[in-house]
Amino acid sequence: MKDFGFSPMKNKVLNFDELNHDFHQWIAIQDSSFNLCIACGTCASTCSAGSYTHFSFRELCKDIRWGNAEKAMKESEKCMLCGKCSIACPRNINTRNIIKMVRKAAKTSPL
Amino acid sequence: MRYHPFVLPFSFGLAFLLIYTSIIWIRWINRLSENDKQLLRKNLFSFNTLAAIREVFMESLMHRKIFRKNVFLGFMHMSLAFGWFMLILIGNLESRTYTAGRINPPYFPIFFKFFRHDLAPLKKLEAYFGFWMDFFLLIVLLGLSLAFIKRAHSKVLGIKRTTKHIIIDKIALTSLWFIFPLRLLAEGFSAALYKTGNFLTSFMGDEILSGIASPTLYLQAWWAYSIALGIFFITLPFSRYMHIPTEILLIFLRRYGVKEKEQHSSFTKIEINACSRCGICIDACPITALPESSETQSAYFLREMRYDKPTNNQNESCLLCMRCEEACPVGIEITRIRENERKEYQLFASESYNYLTSPKNAAKGKVAFFAGCMGHLTPGVIKATLALFKAANVNYTFIDEEGSICCGRPLMQNGQTDAGISLRQINKDLILNSGAEILVSSCPICTREFIEHYVLGIPVFHHSQYILELAMSKKLSFRNNSTKIVYHDPCELSRGLNIIEEPRQLLRLAGELIHSPENSGKQQSLCCGGSLGNTNLSANQRKSIAENTLSGILSDKADIVATACPLCKKSLACSNKNIEILDIAQIMLEALIAPKFIPENTVESTKMESNLTYSPEINSIISE
Repeated sequence: MKDFGFSPMKNKVLNFDELNHDFHQWIAIQDSSFNLCIACGTCASTCSAGSYTHFSFRELCKDIRWGNAEKAMKESEKCMLCGKCSIACPRNINTRNIIKMVRKAAKTSPL
Repeated sequence: MRYHPFVLPFSFGLAFLLIYTSIIWIRWINRLSENDKQLLRKNLFSFNTLAAIREVFMESLMHRKIFRKNVFLGFMHMSLAFGWFMLILIGNLESRTYTAGRINPPYFPIFFKFFRHDLAPLKKLEAYFGFWMDFFLLIVLLGLSLAFIKRAHSKVLGIKRTTKHIIIDKIALTSLWFIFPLRLLAEGFSAALYKTGNFLTSFMGDEILSGIASPTLYLQAWWAYSIALGIFFITLPFSRYMHIPTEILLIFLRRYGVKEKEQHSSFTKIEINACSRCGICIDACPITALPESSETQSAYFLREMRYDKPTNNQNESCLLCMRCEEACPVGIEITRIRENERKEYQLFASESYNYLTSPKNAAKGKVAFFAGCMGHLTPGVIKATLALFKAANVNYTFIDEEGSICCGRPLMQNGQTDAGISLRQINKDLILNSGAEILVSSCPICTREFIEHYVLGIPVFHHSQYILELAMSKKLSFRNNSTKIVYHDPCELSRGLNIIEEPRQLLRLAGELIHSPENSGKQQSLCCGGSLGNTNLSANQRKSIAENTLSGILSDKADIVATACPLCKKSLACSNKNIEILDIAQIMLEALIAPKFIPENTVESTKMESNLTYSPEINSIISE
């Protein structure tokens, strides 16, 4: 890596070439609307669970993309399926279906 | 002669049918829960049995509910069921009379005109029997011709789409269609050769068959008739026609108080087999209107339940709008079966929501107002409802103002019982902590969950009911500014809770209520497509359902579409139709005559919810 005279913290480094994309790909096949996310955070701002905990759909998308399947599965359990995010989403992402798919993956480990 | 080998296909088929059906009946009844069996024993010798017999006659034979939908469709079903039943009944009476009460083999009445050509022993009754047998045969044949027309031009019979059948259904259907023309042919030959016919059969024999009638053809026709009957009886238990014996059992059990449980039971099996795939639910289903072809509709869903397992798509694309259940002439508890089918995976554990700390002590009040998640997405509805409460001096408390906790219904509708129940407990504490005597919610989804599944011990009202109550007790008065309003019934409110008249009564105080073909049928209103019971449909599909619904209820004259559900409001607003969609509370607030003040200028209705402006007096109430 080029020496800039400073470097990112080791635990914050994310190498996209080494990430495990299996989970992301599986989710994207289950619901193609997943890839529409622009991480605007509308879902997070309206989230019912989000006003009590750090859970948000935006974070969940990030974890799925970064291959943090385990974290995504653990976090997704906080969702109440109330449906506010799916109505608020400007990209028309089927958020509840994606959360259900993450939960299903946690229960059945399809990969 | 009392026997001929051609009766064998019929006799074998009938024997198979009777043995198979009785084994299945015994198995189903045996596997009912102990509670249900007790209900059965307790009610067997009661008026319920008489009521059940009456219902079997009215529904299984006369098909009253289908008659109400469309006369031709009703006649088609009635002619085949009741007409055939009368043929069997009169045929048996005729042969018993003929043999002076002697018991005959089961095939004897069916093939009576083959075995007996000299009808003299019937004496005077010969003409009566002959006439009525021919009359009901004619009725059945008329029904059959309607069935032919239905396959080609179903719209004549009031349905847009007919069911796509699987192979076993097609075999059974074809043999059924052959039975009655073959009977006419066989009896026609009998009439031509032996002069046994009445008005229909002798016409057939004398005018049409007289030229070609010969003993060989005559025997072949009777063989064909018997074979058609045999094939139908053997395919019956494996095809859609299993509904014939099953519906009778279902009606009796239902009259005895047996219901669908929290999970599948033996009764579910009976309900699934009672579905005749008549296809009435296909037109009723909002999914049918989508351009993509799908087999989500209940006829297909129940078929898959019966033979195999419903696909994920069939299971999860359903909106749970209950429209098919409303339309179903058999009265199958489809929504319950669908909800139970979704319970296979418990994706969320009950500990999932431990982060929800026990609710803070909410402000006390006599009336607790619960906006719910969807309410929080439509602040205009909350604002309007609370403004009305303030105007009526209601001592209320807004219990989920700080942040909503879901009522649990979306989880329950998706089969997540463990998680749903834990949310119920949290909300119950929240409600009871407020010390309220009445709970009011502006969301029909929450209201239904509170009424049906929370044991609160206080009355629960939907806000349309409560505002009507305030208007009736003169706490609120409204000015009718003759706005033309068309009302959209939310599924949960109309079919779920049977709250249909209250919102309409309330809207009549504010404007002129317009009827459109789609919403005059009361409980048949269309779904807005937003239903939380569904996670599978894409946003585009939801939108096209919303547009369909809106074009169904809209007439050119309407100025405003009113609804009583924040979710319906959101979903309908997504469509491209240029019309204002308002919640009932917002409309009532616009029409409100502020207490101690009658405004001179009429309040102009505005386009967007966020820009809603009320008269200064009402604004002062809101900001108080």
